[in-house]
Amino acid sequence: MIKLERVTKSFGSQVVLDELDLEIETGLITAIIGPSGEGKSVLLKHMIGLLKPETGTVTVDGEEISGMGRTALNRVREKFGMLFQNAALFDSLTVFENVAFPLQEKTKLSDAEIAQRVRESLSHVGLPDVERKYPDELSGGMKKRVGLARALLMDPAIILFDEPTTGLDPVICRAIHQMIKETHGRFGYTAVVVSHEIPEIFDISDRVAVLYRGKIIESGTPGQVQGSANPVVRQFISGSLDGPIRLIR
Amino acid sequence: MITLTRKIGALTLAGLTEMGRMFNFILYAFYIAIKSPGHPRHVLKQMIFIGVRSSFVIVLTAAFTGMVLGLQGYYTLTKFGSEGMLGVAVALSLIRELGPVLSALMVTGRAGSAISAEIGIMRISEQIDALETMALEPFKYLVAPKLVASLLALPLLCAIFDVVGIWGGYLVGVKLLGVNPGAYFGEMQKSVEWKDVYSGVIKSVCFGGIVSWICCYKGYYTGHGAEGVSRATTTAVVMSSVMILIWDYFITSVLL
Repeated sequence: MIKLERVTKSFGSQVVLDELDLEIETGLITAIIGPSGEGKSVLLKHMIGLLKPETGTVTVDGEEISGMGRTALNRVREKFGMLFQNAALFDSLTVFENVAFPLQEKTKLSDAEIAQRVRESLSHVGLPDVERKYPDELSGGMKKRVGLARALLMDPAIILFDEPTTGLDPVICRAIHQMIKETHGRFGYTAVVVSHEIPEIFDISDRVAVLYRGKIIESGTPGQVQGSANPVVRQFISGSLDGPIRLIR
Repeated sequence: MITLTRKIGALTLAGLTEMGRMFNFILYAFYIAIKSPGHPRHVLKQMIFIGVRSSFVIVLTAAFTGMVLGLQGYYTLTKFGSEGMLGVAVALSLIRELGPVLSALMVTGRAGSAISAEIGIMRISEQIDALETMALEPFKYLVAPKLVASLLALPLLCAIFDVVGIWGGYLVGVKLLGVNPGAYFGEMQKSVEWKDVYSGVIKSVCFGGIVSWICCYKGYYTGHGAEGVSRATTTAVVMSSVMILIWDYFITSVLL
């Protein structure tokens, strides 16, 4: 379980997370939704220790990570995989080398075993024939799938998805969502998905949390959140221009 | 008055914080280079990038530096009737000063800027974050190999610079202006001491450290977007070049 308690983070004078509380349950897919620029990616980066809170605590499976040193933090990070917004593939390496990288650096597997694992992982995400290509030769959707293959390879207990479908067409978007659902069913990891995709994200999530002005203003099952009486949640889900969410603050 | 004092205080604090962060950066880079240097292929790749690929520009600049030293030296020494000392003048200028300094400045311009841009782009495209989320140490892949490679490559490039520069001086002084070849090399052998050579090597090693330190640091802590990377690259090159010249003065005053 990942638990954030009274987490505050600001950049300059802008408070992004304001005494935020959130619990991510083990084995479920939790979606974090909310308007753009509300700090969803910042929240995700706190969960894996890429950012440290100014106040409050972040706990992963009972271990408080915000005060940890590099070595201890790396031990906790072994549990994680992460799919970044732009996939964050190493652009000087081929797809094969990208996916193989964590195995080459962290295991003593032979080249043949690594090659087999990489091929399996790429076939899980439906990309069997791109091994020799470089990231800039791939489409946005393919990059995300390679990123997912890399994230899945070390068999992590938790995978963080930072806007996995941003900038993709609706068909690819649905395919990525299905892939998350399918791989979650197969490998049983805990998933945290930051997304704007309404209403598609409700189809794959077990829990949904709504982030607005630095706080979680609503959380529960997709049905509970969709039925929320909170005007911010209602406006965000409906996409209406009228309501408390202002485009320019 | 209070506002001015406050501004000076804030600037001083910001400067000290930056300096502290830079020293932490280089200490941690050395720690990682010693503790877990990683696969030798990472260092080899950087040796090729920093060393081998800089060799053409080093040879070119060294040849013309030696030639101009030969030319200037000849006309100055002729006034005193001691053109036979041309070899000594060229060799000592190159080995003690120009070789280490100019080769370091060339590497800064060619490889240092690329190092800064490469790491900066990796930072803004979240590739460094990706390494961290895999529980891998970014310094092991991005900083330590470049540091080790530049510490090794700069003295070698400097040696090439010195040799090519001496032959450039020979070409102009002996072949074009008629200085006795025996005097050119003979006086050089008599006057150049090991102390001159190793002071050049020490300087090159220090400059190698400075180039990789500043360029890696500026890239690692780059600002946002393309503008941030562009600013980091420019700052890295300017700061490295200035630091090389400042450090050259201090090392020279200690080694002389």
